Amino acid sequence: MKVKEIVVGLGSCGIAAGAREVLEALQEGVRERELDIRVSATGCVGACHREPIIEVRTEEGSRRLYGEMTVKRARAFLDQGFQEDGGEAAKHRLAEDEPFFGKQLKLVLRNSGRIDPESIENYLAAGGYAALEKALTSMKPAEVVAEVKASGLRGRGGAGFPTGLKWSFAARAAGAKKYMICNADEGDPGAFMDRSLLEGDPHAVLEGMIIAAYAIGADEGYIYVRAEYPLAIARLERAIVAARERGFLGDSILGGSFSFQVHVKQGAGAFVCGEETALLASIEGKRGMPRLRPPFPAEKGLWRCPTNINNVETLANIPRIIVEGAAAFASLGTEKSKGTKVFALAGKVKRGGMVEVPMGTTLREVIFDIGGGIQDNREFKAVQLGGPSGGCLPAELLDTPVDYDSLTATGAIMGSGGMIVLDVTTCMVDVAKFFLSFTQSESCGKCTFCRLGTKRMLEILENISNGKGHMEDLDELEELALTIKRSSLCGLGQTAPNPVLTTLKYFRDEYEEHIRNHRCPAMQCKALIQYRIDPEICAGCTLCARFCPTQAASGEAREPHSIDPDLCIRCGICYEGCRFKAIEIVTGVPK
Amino acid sequence: MEDPFQELLREFKDSKGSLIPLLQKTQELYGYLPIYAMEEISRTVGLSPAEVYGVATFYAQFSFQPKGRHTIKVCHGTACHVNGAEAIDTALKSELGVESGETTRDNLFTVENVACLGCCSLAPVVMVDQQVEGRLNWARLLKTIKRIQENEG
Repeated sequence: MKVKEIVVGLGSCGIAAGAREVLEALQEGVRERELDIRVSATGCVGACHREPIIEVRTEEGSRRLYGEMTVKRARAFLDQGFQEDGGEAAKHRLAEDEPFFGKQLKLVLRNSGRIDPESIENYLAAGGYAALEKALTSMKPAEVVAEVKASGLRGRGGAGFPTGLKWSFAARAAGAKKYMICNADEGDPGAFMDRSLLEGDPHAVLEGMIIAAYAIGADEGYIYVRAEYPLAIARLERAIVAARERGFLGDSILGGSFSFQVHVKQGAGAFVCGEETALLASIEGKRGMPRLRPPFPAEKGLWRCPTNINNVETLANIPRIIVEGAAAFASLGTEKSKGTKVFALAGKVKRGGMVEVPMGTTLREVIFDIGGGIQDNREFKAVQLGGPSGGCLPAELLDTPVDYDSLTATGAIMGSGGMIVLDVTTCMVDVAKFFLSFTQSESCGKCTFCRLGTKRMLEILENISNGKGHMEDLDELEELALTIKRSSLCGLGQTAPNPVLTTLKYFRDEYEEHIRNHRCPAMQCKALIQYRIDPEICAGCTLCARFCPTQAASGEAREPHSIDPDLCIRCGICYEGCRFKAIEIVTGVPK
Repeated sequence: MEDPFQELLREFKDSKGSLIPLLQKTQELYGYLPIYAMEEISRTVGLSPAEVYGVATFYAQFSFQPKGRHTIKVCHGTACHVNGAEAIDTALKSELGVESGETTRDNLFTVENVACLGCCSLAPVVMVDQQVEGRLNWARLLKTIKRIQENEG
């Protein structure tokens, strides 16, 4: 086996786990050893639980992935020549046929973790911009719209509106000036599909966007991206420059009559700006407040011009639809949900990361086959889909297929693709409270029920988790939830109660346990738990006392320690850190 | 050489929808939005100071207080939340004696909450200045804090 190239996954996650240091160590190591190996970078490989990850490509054409890389391991690998048997490398190999990869179908993510996202040559070599060329040279705009319509592609940002239909509205709208916008304001906590795509394959998003602009007749566009994603922004801007230099973007694209200019706008930290009309207000430099629709952006959008807005993943699907045709795209998925969906799998799952599966795959397959089940083999409790607009589904619903309609029927939503797995150590009242406090603080304040109703709901949830709830509170929560859904202008308010409604529907007994018995079965609600040290087990190692931020844990060295419940802030640092497992959590005890 | 702030004002003077980028660049320059800058911005974009202030306060990114020399952003995304972010946050605020959004008296640290850094598979995650620290525990964060305190305190 002769190693030709080593590729390091440089997504945000990889970098956070130390991938840059690994890259530098490999570059330095190759130089010092005078090896004939190219060291390069790529985007997110997807197996975030194994970061940092490298891929080793051989002269013979094989590709091997290795995880948990460190600087030391990188040097050891170079010295040992990636020996498969017995060497350091064997232990860290990620086999391509592992269930994590085997059950996936990477179409949108086909280039992520494969090509250098900062190189347009790499993208071109992978077939990039062929779709743009095909669309511009052999298809009329109306034919492009028809093709996307026929594919059955639905918006991947959450609501699932048919993309081709949306394009046809903007294409039909009267107006000389039209705008094409890419919504990359990925705000759901627990979702990182768009970031990963922009970091791993920015040209695919850009190509989809240029094709969309051609289809609807827009000559100018914006990519509205979260400021919290500096790497995605940098790679996107680089991609724009490269595409412009090659004539794929700018004036007279590919020498024809179509021109399209694109700008990057950075969001400024407001979740509501993911909503179309709020996003438009924000680009215009105003407070990002949604407005009443109609008129829809397709008729009166940015600066009152016809505007089409699509999500990052939606656009990344477009090049393949154009090249391979609508039928190939529609052959995957279910009757009403075509193609694949990318999920950000995280939480208490063993293997997390970017996961792409055909629509119709069941939740069980994603969580247990691809994700490998629950960390430490604890019991599965729920899966949270769709972030603050979505819901928590219990084990009984694990065989639900992932498609727009099946998920909506459960009370959750497909959402943009955040999939957080929860186990028995997660309190469902706490999860509901967590999401509601998020939407409550992100409510723009325009609609009374969203502004005040979420506040009232949050107060009730806080009372329940403090052991001060009443059984009537549950009815009031439901009433408030339904009213907020009915009386809010935009998606934020209309979906904000979903986490509460689904947890009430599927985990009502847990709410009741908090109210009736003042117990938090998951041992999470601070007011209902106490930390205690078992004097029989405690070895008096003093670790808890040293780490306790409030000096609640104390004791003499080599003597059993104790925790003063009045000083304790229930941060759990001592519990996590105790090497003797001498600390226990109790709930339901009167103070 | 021209004052970089004046340069910014000139650069954005006539461009459409320039208020938010101008506020962002100003904050990049000063670390926060000083009152006099807000007044100049309002004159440049032709809006009242109240309107400019209204936009700036709408977005979480903008701050009207100078920040400490180091910013610690505690991620409160869903994955971090269920993986112990709360514990780290509680311990951190207690250790430094500040609430979220506040700066320590020695001006060394500003502690902030962030909704999600998008590194969910490495939860819990904290960002110290530009460095994202994943798979974090309190002992490691405490070490980082102590190191900064010893170097600069």
